[in-house]
Amino acid sequence: MWVYTDRVKELFENPKNVGEVEDADGVGEVGSLSCGDALKLTFKLDEKGRISEAKFQTFGCASAIASSSALTEMIIGKTLEETETITNQDIVEYLGGLPDKKMHCSVMGQEALRAAVANYRGEKLPKEDSDIVCECFGVTEKEIEDAILDNSLTTLEQVTDYTKAGGGCGSCHERIEGMLQQILGQAEAEVEPEKPAKARLTNIQKMKLIEETLEREIQPTLAKDGGSIELVDIIGDRVLVSLRGACATCVASDITLKHYVESKLRELVTDNLVVEEVAQ
Amino acid sequence: MKTIYVDNNATTRVAPEVVEEMSPYFSELYGNPSSMHFFGGQVHTKVEEARERVASLIGARPQEIIFTSCGTESDNTAIMSALESNPEKRHVVTTRVEHPAVKNLVAPLKREGYRVTELPVDRDGLLSMDEVSRVITEDTAIVSVMWANNETGILFPVEEIANVAKGRGAIFHTDAVQAVGKIPINLAESQIDMLSLSGHKLHAPKGIGVIYVRRGTRFSPYIVGGHQEEGRRGGTENVPYIIGLGKACELAANHLEDMNVRVKGLRDKLENGLLEKIPNSIVNGDRDQRLPSTSSISFEYVEGESILLKLSDKGICASSGSACTSGSLEPSHVLRAMGVPFTAAHGSIRFSLSSYNTEEEVDFILKVMPPIIEELRAISPFWDGSVARSCTAS
Repeated sequence: MWVYTDRVKELFENPKNVGEVEDADGVGEVGSLSCGDALKLTFKLDEKGRISEAKFQTFGCASAIASSSALTEMIIGKTLEETETITNQDIVEYLGGLPDKKMHCSVMGQEALRAAVANYRGEKLPKEDSDIVCECFGVTEKEIEDAILDNSLTTLEQVTDYTKAGGGCGSCHERIEGMLQQILGQAEAEVEPEKPAKARLTNIQKMKLIEETLEREIQPTLAKDGGSIELVDIIGDRVLVSLRGACATCVASDITLKHYVESKLRELVTDNLVVEEVAQ
Repeated sequence: MKTIYVDNNATTRVAPEVVEEMSPYFSELYGNPSSMHFFGGQVHTKVEEARERVASLIGARPQEIIFTSCGTESDNTAIMSALESNPEKRHVVTTRVEHPAVKNLVAPLKREGYRVTELPVDRDGLLSMDEVSRVITEDTAIVSVMWANNETGILFPVEEIANVAKGRGAIFHTDAVQAVGKIPINLAESQIDMLSLSGHKLHAPKGIGVIYVRRGTRFSPYIVGGHQEEGRRGGTENVPYIIGLGKACELAANHLEDMNVRVKGLRDKLENGLLEKIPNSIVNGDRDQRLPSTSSISFEYVEGESILLKLSDKGICASSGSACTSGSLEPSHVLRAMGVPFTAAHGSIRFSLSSYNTEEEVDFILKVMPPIIEELRAISPFWDGSVARSCTAS
């Protein structure tokens, strides 16, 4: 059985904004019956150019339905420019995490959004000019490339989890591996100069920064779900924490720790941190 | 909330009588059946009684029963034994709808120089006997065909296939994990050489299985160790589980009629009711040559995992052949082999009943299922009121 967060379950049981907006300004359709999930997003703009209404229709599993519902809630009230920064990771965060194998549901949300905006603007999506890499699920080179870059993917398995590419006959595995190598090679070359700046923290600085990040960034987000986190100790790069409130009993707390707390700390403090939960 | 368990092809409730029978062998009667003293001896007697009970259910001799840890071990043992006993033969025949315990064992044999034939099935999930007869040759070491399919419940003519295999000098094995205890089986009147069964599919616990090996069949053990099971399967006997399986087989023999009359009636009521109440619903596979307990129904334009979770909220436990439920991205290999269209494969639900199910439970499922499908179809972009919208899918 999949372990879904309470937020995913809630949005699956009571999805918001189901249906089709009448006289929609933008329509985005992605996925297909053969792929096992599909999403149709429609929206309407008000006179100020903000999304006043957004609705979805989804064929898919619980996480696909929840991701779609989350997407509509996230974009209502935003201008199209503002929606451009929304990625699948934001959908995942909104949902409090998704199982690895279900990441493609959040990617489907992001793609539907891009498609609907492009449809409104009368533009072609970049992926439409891109080569199909995975014939089984019709995934293009551009889609795979975006997923790798947006989500810092490093393995073939992750690419499949996020885009479905390679999840069928397997004949495109070599090509995806090649893309990964190429993109990762470039990313390393680009990121290299930045690294020392991040890593040059003294132990005291590191501890302070971890404390600050937990207080300012992480605590408020967890509080929204009625949870909280307490720093217990820092041993080298191991950050020992204890989850409290709703987090303590939440079945998805592992995902919260790894996908949210750890990645946030790595992003804002240093790359090597490992977050571990300790009983207290 | 009351639990309505209709996922008996996944696993079954351990019968209370079975638990009772096993119980002393976890505590006071802990002897090793191989020991010389009376304390082990009494356990040995009970293990042999269990062997007789298993043999009796399937029309075998007690010496032909070897206890293993599970159905998968039995399947692996059968196929590897056949290959090792016939090293000069380089051909294996199986089907495209086997359980992974056979399918994933056989597929890599291609790399070791074996020719592997996976027999196709038709739209109804049935094998063609002409095709069976065509592919089995003098070079075939083993033919392994399941007795009943776990997803659709389709029964294969294994006795007939065994005759063909025998005629060409091949060993015939059947994975009968889903069939034993549900339909009458009499190995004495067949030419089947080896058969796998699993305890937890017939109200014994998980972790116990059997491989039947017909007397006179060349056999090579898979797990090598002591002299247990007459040197055919090493490892100290899993005494309480063996005794539990024996009891479960005895119960299954007594329930065979209930299964084929009352439970079958419940299955038919459930199936016909759902077909009648829910438009665009289709039974997967032939409705006659089928286990009495199983129904695989596809509800078009909705996805299986969503259906299962909504059923689960009502206490109903079933399963699905959809991609999302398995963690893989493609729907079940069984439904794909049958050529079930994608519109239906992703929305397939399997109900598998047991003697513990009641008419009230079936009525409850019939009551809650239509609104669930309706609700999900209302969200689906491919469903427009009462008819499916044309879709972009290939």
